[in-house]
Parts: sequence; structure tokens; C-alpha cells
Amino acid sequence: MAVVKFNLNGKTQTVDTPAAMPLLWVLRDTLGMTGTKFGCGMSLCGACTVHINGQAVRSCVTPVSAVAGKTVVTIEGFSPNTSHPIQQAWIEGDVPQCGYCQSGQIMTAAALLAKTSRPTDADIDEAMHGNICRCGTYDTIREAIHRAAEIARAEGGSK
Amino acid sequence: MNARMNRRTFLKAGAATAGGLLVSFYVPERSKLAAATTDAKLNAYVHVGSDDSVTLFIHKAEMGQGTVTSLSMLLAEELECDWNKIRTEFPGVSPEYGPYQGVVGSMSIRTSWVSLRKAGATAREMLVQAAAEHWGVDKSRCRAENNTVVNTASSERLSYGSLADAAAKLPVPSNVALKDPSQFRLIGKPTKRLDTHDKVNGSAVFGIDVRRPGMLHAVVERCPVFGGKVASFDASKSKAIPGVKDVLQISSGVAVIADNTWSAMEGRRVLQVKWDEGPVASVNSAGISKDFAAHAQQPGAVARKNGDAAAALQSAAKKVEAVYETPYLAHAPMEPLNCVAHVRADGCEVWASTQGQSAAHEAAMQITGLPPEKVKVYTEFMGGGFGRRARSDYVADSVEVSKAAGAPVQVTWSREDDLQQDWYRPAAYGRFTAGLDADGWPVALEARLICSPFGGLSKGVARTGVEGVVDLLYSIPNVLVDYHALDPGIPVSYWRSVGYSQNTFFAESFIDELAAAGGKDPLDLRLRLLANSPRLRAALELAADKAGWGKPLPAGHGRGIAVVNNVGSFTAQVAEASVDRGKLRVHRVVCAVDCGYAVNPSGVEQQIRSGIVFGLSAALKGGITIDRGRVQQQNFHQYDVLRMEEMPAIEVHIVSSKNNPGGIGEAGTPGIAPAVANAIFAVTGKRVRRLPIRAEELA
Repeated sequence: MAVVKFNLNGKTQTVDTPAAMPLLWVLRDTLGMTGTKFGCGMSLCGACTVHINGQAVRSCVTPVSAVAGKTVVTIEGFSPNTSHPIQQAWIEGDVPQCGYCQSGQIMTAAALLAKTSRPTDADIDEAMHGNICRCGTYDTIREAIHRAAEIARAEGGSK
Repeated sequence: MNARMNRRTFLKAGAATAGGLLVSFYVPERSKLAAATTDAKLNAYVHVGSDDSVTLFIHKAEMGQGTVTSLSMLLAEELECDWNKIRTEFPGVSPEYGPYQGVVGSMSIRTSWVSLRKAGATAREMLVQAAAEHWGVDKSRCRAENNTVVNTASSERLSYGSLADAAAKLPVPSNVALKDPSQFRLIGKPTKRLDTHDKVNGSAVFGIDVRRPGMLHAVVERCPVFGGKVASFDASKSKAIPGVKDVLQISSGVAVIADNTWSAMEGRRVLQVKWDEGPVASVNSAGISKDFAAHAQQPGAVARKNGDAAAALQSAAKKVEAVYETPYLAHAPMEPLNCVAHVRADGCEVWASTQGQSAAHEAAMQITGLPPEKVKVYTEFMGGGFGRRARSDYVADSVEVSKAAGAPVQVTWSREDDLQQDWYRPAAYGRFTAGLDADGWPVALEARLICSPFGGLSKGVARTGVEGVVDLLYSIPNVLVDYHALDPGIPVSYWRSVGYSQNTFFAESFIDELAAAGGKDPLDLRLRLLANSPRLRAALELAADKAGWGKPLPAGHGRGIAVVNNVGSFTAQVAEASVDRGKLRVHRVVCAVDCGYAVNPSGVEQQIRSGIVFGLSAALKGGITIDRGRVQQQNFHQYDVLRMEEMPAIEVHIVSSKNNPGGIGEAGTPGIAPAVANAIFAVTGKRVRRLPIRAEELA
């Protein structure tokens, strides 16, 4: 067992779990934060994506010990009132179907937008390649990312 | 967006507001209605709170197909409530919703089209009657409008909330009149989904997100060989893993129970089980293919016979033959299978993301021996289903483990479990023979279909093995379709679009081969053979027109076409593809669908796109193979699916129709594989007769 302290969605969080336990299961089972999803356990599908120090990371293969002292953001702490440009664009575009992969899609897309304010289709392909959607919402995700970039630029002034 | 479901709020509010009224709905501890009102149940689908809230009970389940939204539209259309203020809730399993609750066969709209509009109209009439009695006027003087009843003489208004209690005490009217479609305000208008908000902020509760006080987590080690049994097991190492509580045998294998999922998985990793593998241990994919080919030489059980195909083949000017083969396919929904069960001596509760709500109820009753009213099944959002979640094996696992553990337990399947312990789309084989007349038109068709049967056999024929060929609408005078049920012991079941998923690939590829052999344009041949099938023909004409059939394409690109009539709908697709040095790319898919009255056109479009992507994933990448009775694919690296950068541009065109609605969730899937295969032929001259498409063989 290991005591691990990190910043989770803006608050200090301390957990006492096996050091090798993936962050995914700490979030879901230890902390009861189920917005981050289990999909494959091998970093193959992207459903478990969270931000660690601003980077999109697969929490299913990230031991909790690796986030000690770091800042973790999950879909639950992602924005106040579901107001992030990505979420606005996702709602506008009616993107989710079953919705299970969408936490991971959104976290991955948000990390892309944070780096690249005007992503090209090629940027989107590269960033989103690892996120599987079995309902096939890829085209609406692509449109929503472009739209979110517009919203973000409008909100943040011209960049 | 106000109209949304927040299941988390229900769960929190539930414990504090348990009320007797809603027991018949099996939702005593999760309903927020109990707090708002004491008696506002107008019928099994509609509740109006004294706070003016309208809650629609959706007795079906949501796996992404848009049922919550489209069924709400049917209810709200007649209820005349405020669409922006409705809330929806899954009521769980109850006899009030008929003998079978589930979402299979793209049936939800078809079976609810009349009944839910009636339920909405009945509730509305009760509210109107209550208002009429309040004002002391005849009902004909009152009109329902936007969550209120209007007195047309005085222009006074009463809110639904103020009428709800009185309305609920009135007798339920029979034979309420339904609107003429020309009066629809909601139905037929593109309408956004009701479940989006909670699906973009992590608050939507899927089955896997259910958390109960004192809940334990379990995983199950199952025999890697289908049908194998536990001979013995040694759990000493498992029990030494921190967090592991117990290890015990259940019907499907050995369950490792822990206080979190990870510890249960770790305990399973060091579990030692000796298996009695059983007879399937000698089965492999190559042997199954060989068996298919051997059976293809023998006549099967007759599934369709028109005219005399053998004689017509004898006298045909030209004979065309081809054999096709498709693999087993896994469903691979994004949410791995899971279920929470809590078995007590006096009752059982089940929280399941399931397509088979009634089947889950039945499974829990069987295992617990409890009567129906003591077993409660709560419907949760599904992270995909595609047919897999119509089975209740994963529900049974959880009920068994909870019963043995004496605690609420969530059993979670790993992705490896999901891919290796599925009920697969059967591997299938089709041998096709046709005769053309001197002008190149088909005069005879023989099809022999072989696969594992499921869903019942009638005179040796499984409908699930022959659909897509026995119901081909092409006018060919002499047709013989027969079938061999070949069961190598690999579990098979419903997979999005079922038998059409392979048989439409066979049939529509073969029709294309006939066009080539007879020197016909693939579109012209189909149009001629569909002269007596106006709905499919019209969809085909629309797709061809929108796709620019016959117009020039970039060098190296080709178009392929395919049609299908399944789930009560008529669909045509044109795919545009290129093959460049062994690399296949699908650029564009144009689909036209006649699904009868399109209740939610944007939902129809979503589902057609989704079905196409699902079918394209399988056509390009899908294949489960068997070695020594075991599935060889473990996770997405070996069972890959379509990814962002591989998406074609998809266009959906809906044929305007006044026919009763058809199904839509499975309409887009069957046509894409043959459309792409036919496009490949158009550009390379090579026929794809085996799925998945192996691009390297096209170079």
C-alpha cells in the first residue's frame, strides 16, 4: 500500500492504495468518480483519458504512484457547468450516441485544442487516432472539434 | 438544456424519498417524483408532478440508438407537454410494459408507434377532463396546449401540475383519437437528443458506474475453451493479494471478489485453475472452413423455392458461380459487460446496462428462486450493445456471485473476456449459382447458406441464417435457397443486423458479379430486377442520383452499390473507394433510406451513419478466429475497429414516406460491405469474396 497525494480537479486528494493500482481504478472505485471509463485496460481505446499536468494520458495504464504531486483533471472537474468550448460544441453537434467513449474523446480533444488553437483535419486524425467510438461518431467529433476551436477563439479573443 | 436525465441525482434523492406509490414501477428508491407529488400517475408512461414537471417513463433501454429521445417524442406529441421541460426515467421491468421488455431487432419505434402516442393522448385527455370538471364546462370547450389546458370560451388556463392530482383519479378513457400526421409538431422534426448533456460531463450513469453501499467488485475466470468446466482451482495466491475478499466457483467459472476491481483483476491474474476443456478444444477456424466447403456440396434444408432453378440453370445461356465466406465477429461494445446485483433472502435487485431487460429479470429469478415481484431490474444506460447485451449471461454471473457473497457485487468483464467469451456473429459460407439468358439477364438463382443456427430452427432452417437471401426482392423467376445448420460449438447470437450482416454481403456481391458477367451496369441490373419493389427501387434511385452514379471519378477511384430490405426499412448505399499499392481507402458513402415515417430525422441519420461505420469496421478489420477451441484475439490490438482517420464522408438521404415507421438501428449495417467490395471490383477488377477485406491481396 502507498499513500499518494495529488491535486484532483483543483483539490488536494490523498489516497492509500496499492502503488501499482492504475489511476483509473483509484478514480472509479476508491474515489467513486465514474466519469472516467474503463474500456480496454491496455491503452488501446482512449476511454479512460484524463489530463495529468495538462497532458492527455490513459489512466488505465498509469499507476497511481506516478501522479504523486501532480495535477489530475477528469471529466467531472473539466469545466464549471459543462461550459468548456468542447462541451458546448459537443452539445451543439449532438455528438454522443451511447456516450461511453465521450469522456475520453472530450479529454483528448481538449488537450489538442489547448496546444493547437486551429487544428487541421490532420491534427485531429493524429490526436484522436487512439480514441475508439463503436457508435461511429467520428465525423461529428471532427466537426465539433473545429467548432470548439471557433468557440474558444471567440471566447478568448483572437489568438 | 432542461430536458435531461440525471441519474446520479435520482440515486442521491432516492433513498430519502422512497414512497409506496411507485412500487409498481419498481423504482421506489430512485424516483424523484415521489418528492414532487403524491398522486400523479396518469398511466405507466406519463407522470405529471404538482410542480408542473412532466416525467416520461421510457420502458425500453438506451444503447445510443436514440430511443429515449424518439419514444419521448411519441409521448410528448400527444401529451401536448412542454418539450423543453420534460424529464425521462427508465422505470425498470414491470408487467405494465407487456410480457417482453428489451431493445432488439430495431423494434422500439415500430412497437411503440401507436401505443406510446395513445399513452400520451390518454394522459392528455384525463388532464383536459379534469380541467373541464374544474370549470364546469364540456370537455369540447377545452384544449391542451404546452403543459396547460385552455378554456376556449374564457381563455382561462390551468397548468398540468395543478390538474395532475384530479386527473389521476379519473377513469382512464379508451379509444382516444390520435392526431393526423399533418398536425404533428414534434414527430418528423429533426430533434436533438435528450441525453447529450449528461454524456459530455461524466454524469450519465452507465451500468458500470452503479455504486451501492457496501458493494464488492468481482471478476470471473472462465474456461478459454467454449463449453469447458472447472476441474479444480487453487486460490491461495489470489487470496494473498491485498483487497481480495474471497474466491469462489460459479456456473461460468471462478469468481475473484475484492473491494475494488483492480484487486479482483490482480487476484485473478495469479489464480490457478485446471479446466476440463471438453470437446470444443479440437475446433479451429481452418477446420470450420473445411466443413463449410464440404457441406456446400450437399443439398440443405429448403428455405425458398420459386419456379425450377435447376432446370433453368441447365438451359441458361451462361452460368455464374461464386463462393463467399465471412468470419465470426465480436460485438465489442465500448462499455465492457458488467452488472451489479444484490441478492438478499427476501429479494434481489439488479442494476444492468442491458438490451434484454425481461431476460435479465428471468435470469435473476431462476438463480434466486424468487417470485417475479421480488426481483427488481433497473435499466441503466448502455455503453453500446449491438446485440451482445440481449443475452443475460453477464447478469447471471453477478446474481450468482452476490448470492454467494451475501453482498451487493459488481462483476466486471475485461476487454479480453468480452472478446473471448462473446456470443459471436456466426462465421458463414455462401455458395451461389446463377443462370443468365442470352441477353445477360438472370433467369435462375441458387444459394446455399451455411452457418451456426440460433433463434430456432423451422424445418431445418434458421431464419437468422438465411435472411437477406430468402427475402431478396429481385424478380428472378427461378430461385432455390437452402441452408445447412452447422454447429462447431462456438456460441453465436444476434449481432447488429443479424443474418443480413453476412447474407447481404453474399447476395449483393453476387448480383454485382451477375451484372459484370451479363455486361450490365450494376445499377441498371438492380433497377430492372426491382421493378416490382417500388420502395427499394426508389431508395436505390435516390442513392445513385446523390452519389453521381456514372459520373467521372478521380483516377483510381471506383463506385460500388448495394441495397437491402431489413427491419422494415429499405436502404441503398453507394460507396466510393480507391486501392493504391495495397492500401484501401473508402472515401465516401452515400446512403438513401426509406424507413417509413421518420419520427426523428436526425436520429435516423445518426443511426444510419452509425450502422455504416459498424459494418465498415467489420468489413475492413473484423475477424474472430478459433484455435484449439479458443478465441485468438485478446484486445483491440488484435480486434481493431475503424478509427477517426479512416472515416469516409457519409451522406444520408431520407426518402419522404407516410408508411408506418420501420426500424433504423440495423438498416445501415448490411449494405456497406458489399458496396465497398463492389467498388473495389469496379476499380481493380478483383472480387472480394471473403471478409474482412484483405487489402494486401488487392495489390
